[in-house]
Amino acid sequence: MIVKTIFSGFGGQGVLMMGVSLAHSGMNKGFHVTYLPAYGAEMRGGTANCTVAIADEEIASPVASEPNFLVAMNSPSLFTFQNKVIVEGTIFLNSSITNDRPHRHDVKVFCIPCSDIAQDLGNIRVANIIMMGAFIKVTGIVTSEIYLNSLESIMGSRKKSLAEINRKAFAAGFDYLKN
Amino acid sequence: MNKVLMSGNFIICEAAIRAGCRFYGGYPITPQNELTEYMAEHMRKAEGGIFIQSESEIAAINMIAGASAAGLRAMTSSSSPGISLKQEGISSMAACELPGVVVNIMRGGPGLGNIRPSQGDYFQATRGGGHGDYRTIVLAPATCQELADLTMAAFDLADKYRNPVMILADGMMGQMMEPVTFKKPKPRIYNKKFMLQGAGTGKSKFIHGLILDPIDMEEHNWKLARKYEVISKKEPRHEEYNINNAKMIIVAYGTAARIAKGAIKRLQNNGMNIGLFRPVTLWPFPEQQLRSLSAKVKNYLVFEMSTGQMLEDVRLALQGYADIRFHGRPGGAVPTPAELANVIARVYERTVK
Repeated sequence: MIVKTIFSGFGGQGVLMMGVSLAHSGMNKGFHVTYLPAYGAEMRGGTANCTVAIADEEIASPVASEPNFLVAMNSPSLFTFQNKVIVEGTIFLNSSITNDRPHRHDVKVFCIPCSDIAQDLGNIRVANIIMMGAFIKVTGIVTSEIYLNSLESIMGSRKKSLAEINRKAFAAGFDYLKN
Repeated sequence: MNKVLMSGNFIICEAAIRAGCRFYGGYPITPQNELTEYMAEHMRKAEGGIFIQSESEIAAINMIAGASAAGLRAMTSSSSPGISLKQEGISSMAACELPGVVVNIMRGGPGLGNIRPSQGDYFQATRGGGHGDYRTIVLAPATCQELADLTMAAFDLADKYRNPVMILADGMMGQMMEPVTFKKPKPRIYNKKFMLQGAGTGKSKFIHGLILDPIDMEEHNWKLARKYEVISKKEPRHEEYNINNAKMIIVAYGTAARIAKGAIKRLQNNGMNIGLFRPVTLWPFPEQQLRSLSAKVKNYLVFEMSTGQMLEDVRLALQGYADIRFHGRPGGAVPTPAELANVIARVYERTVK
């Protein structure tokens, strides 16, 4: 089994954090993982994306030809990557700030208004974790527990207050999608 | 031993500090800035560790030459244009037989180029790069685990042969994260007589590369050449993948080798038997090891993120024993495994069948 995911959005939306946290979770579950950020002369409000591969065998290439999952946090990301997604793959869309929808009919699409939910929770910055809640629920790559523990270990103990809001945000995303 | 998820640039630093590197001099350049960043924070926590952000790349290489002469394990790092600036210093270290590790996280070139991953510095790294009859050992890691292992090995090789060693990776290796386990480094073996730590009451010692007498200089050159010959015999390393029953072999190193492996796995499902030969040491190039494969396999495809540099070493190794094709993506373009698989499949159909 090998699963590749592209996370993409504006710089500042926590796109790379989504990738790092998923890669950490995969490693903690005992999988082989690679995390490849797109780096460049980027800035807040510019574009950011990263690719995470998770497999039960050695991962040859960290580059994704045909990702299984695309997490698009804004419209430009959707347009850039939707055609790369594998047939019968899945696209996760931040529908709060994206009026466009994928033109493909051979993929599953989940629209999660993460920015709106984040605002309701009182912190726009957790939109990414809300998306991860939905992502983990649908993909089931790791359990919620492994994900949240990994997230906390990355954030470190100095941000205890963040752990709580992150857990709330994750649950909100997880529960947003009905079974 | 614990697995940790770290980015390539950080891994090189952590492995270096664990291997006993106690001097780092560097100057920022993308995509290796995280190296300097990590060293700035962690070198001072290591006992006796010294970190200097130098005023230029040239200063950095000369600082590590000095630290090395004084007996410290020393490292500097940069990316392509910065490595060009260091060449005079590397040549000087080779002449003075000073150990030291130079990390090149390659980016697109020539000139300032861009900051995307590329493999255009193969010639510069393997042919010496600076002036004069000298060689540097060049290690080309392809996984984050190898970044850790080869960084430790680089210090051992540098001491063993008293020669600069280059770690040649690219922006992708530097930026990507993979789980890594740091192995226990070997204890340092380096004779004190090569360290300049003050003569005290003893005889004074010199380390110098200026040898004006041509006969003496010739003798020094031959001495170095004999050392390089030993290295060429004893130190080549490579990895083979799926070689048995292969009808065609891809030759690639570093990042390109990983993309090639992904492409090979895709083509296996279509019934194509393709192997991978990955040089781990670029100098010495695993020439004999590659040549011995040509007894069985006659079709080779060299894939590089350049216009064809390692290609020349492959030609020298195979010397007309086999058919050699080339595919390259220079200037910072990184193909996907699917794209490369298409190229390989076309060549396979044309040459193997």
